[in-house]
Amino acid sequence: MPARITREETAHVARLARLDLTDDELDRYAPQLAGVLDHAAQVAAVDTAATPPTAHPFPLRNVLRADVPVPSLDRQVVLAEAPAVEDGRFRVPRIIGEAP
Amino acid sequence: MSAPAGWEAVIGLEVHCELRTATKLFCGCRNEFGAEPNTHVCPVCLGLPGSLPVLSTAAVELAMRIGLALHCEVRPSVFHRKNYFYPDMPKDYQVSQYDEPINVAGYLDLPDGSRVGVERAHIEEDTGKTSHVGDTGRIHGAGYALVDYNRAGVPLVEIVSEPGITSATQARLYASELRAILVASGASDGRMEEGSMRVDANVSVRRVGDLELGTRCEVKNLNSLRSLSRAVDHEIGRQVAIVEGGGRVEQQTRHWDEDRGCTVTLRSKEEAYDYRYFPEPDLVPLAPDAAWVEDVRSSLGPMPADRRRAVVALFGAGGASDARADQVATVVELGLDHLVVAAAGAGIEPALALARTANEAAADAAAAREVDPAAYTALLQMEQRQELSATQAKAVLAELVTGGGAPVEIARRMGFEALAAGSLAEVVAAVVAEHPGEWERFCGGEAKLAGFFTGHVMRRTEGKANGKAVAAELAKLQG
Ligand SMILES: [Zn+2]
Repeated sequence: MPARITREETAHVARLARLDLTDDELDRYAPQLAGVLDHAAQVAAVDTAATPPTAHPFPLRNVLRADVPVPSLDRQVVLAEAPAVEDGRFRVPRIIGEAP
Repeated sequence: MSAPAGWEAVIGLEVHCELRTATKLFCGCRNEFGAEPNTHVCPVCLGLPGSLPVLSTAAVELAMRIGLALHCEVRPSVFHRKNYFYPDMPKDYQVSQYDEPINVAGYLDLPDGSRVGVERAHIEEDTGKTSHVGDTGRIHGAGYALVDYNRAGVPLVEIVSEPGITSATQARLYASELRAILVASGASDGRMEEGSMRVDANVSVRRVGDLELGTRCEVKNLNSLRSLSRAVDHEIGRQVAIVEGGGRVEQQTRHWDEDRGCTVTLRSKEEAYDYRYFPEPDLVPLAPDAAWVEDVRSSLGPMPADRRRAVVALFGAGGASDARADQVATVVELGLDHLVVAAAGAGIEPALALARTANEAAADAAAAREVDPAAYTALLQMEQRQELSATQAKAVLAELVTGGGAPVEIARRMGFEALAAGSLAEVVAAVVAEHPGEWERFCGGEAKLAGFFTGHVMRRTEGKANGKAVAAELAKLQG
């Protein structure tokens, strides 16, 4: 069984998910997250020596479609869902940093 | 340029190439550059709940074409989600291939004889386009940003070289040869200025003889081959100066500033992203069978290196020295070499066919690729037979490229109609007969009277006669 997730690792995961957790919340959630992972880790106890690795639960491969355009959505409909719009584009808050 | 004495550079390139498909990678929205913002979007590429991606066959084929052209092994592959927060992807993740890419372990032979290994060439989706607005327009001072998702989900192949490139010159050669291969394989239009081919460079330096690699920096924003070589040269110099000054190179992502001619810090290792890759549950594995791979392999035409050899061979035994290497490279890179081959095969001087194609036809390569080789050859024949002067031939060629048609017709329309040799001889003889005095003086050595006769012939033919041909007729009459 893997080592239990620490409070620091929980804080890191929260940061990656853009969750702003207080110290109290970290104290509360770190053991909970560890519990969830322990539960999932039971799978690791199963003997899989004879089982080939799989990337998907369905025994499917090569699900493909033809390269034929279909109509896109009406732009007005799309932009109507956005909190802010300008020049036919989504207006988003000032970006800190550059694209990954 | 190469690294300063005593130093060597270790360079790897990552090239993103947009695939020339009709639709995006996972949905039926059009893959088209330059459309009105947000007109090519749907629930899949906007990441709306409940939508499901379905992989495009054409994207897979083009990815295989790239892999096979680079001598890669085509393997079963799996898609992953690369998670990050940035508004250029509405889903907050990008679908990519991570530890099981479709193409691995290839190589690229460069015109200088060197070989660069290709680690992998995997499929992924492009991101949307963000424009920063307000304040200075620079990223950090921007008031807000506007996002167009037309490009989000457009199919890309990312080609990752091994870190086996040793100079800015070789890096540029690799990128330009790769671009030629991407175009030749039909996978991409290779336009760096439109962003359909984008290059990032990983650069590190070490003292000659050292086995351990130095700390590397990734340089982004290389929008042309010239930027690539300038940026790599600058980065090598920067890193050598740091180490020679007793410092240590920090692992960073750096941004090339074309105007200032230097690289600047974008983010350091501490800010490096943790993408939390995991298998994309909405997509099943991709495993092209051997028959499909062989099908794609056999449909690949000759690659640029072979095609350059074919053009040089038109020049015969002395080909390698007679054919201008820059012109050969140009016609192959622009996909116009078939015009040179067709013309030379029909008896046109290879040097003339190559020069007209590399200089004049190349000016509008996209249109020139559509020109009927027979018409192109006919035009060059008119020039070679001196029915058209070089200047006239270039003008007709420009017309032929933009509008098509028969060169003879175009020449007539432009008033370049050549006189048949027989009728020109008659006109010249008539002019001579009408001016016996001038003719006597001309034959007696007053060479400048050639202009007098030519002028009369031109007037009578309404300017259609070729000056050289008139001079030849006069010489003939002089005996
Ligand atoms: Zn779409």
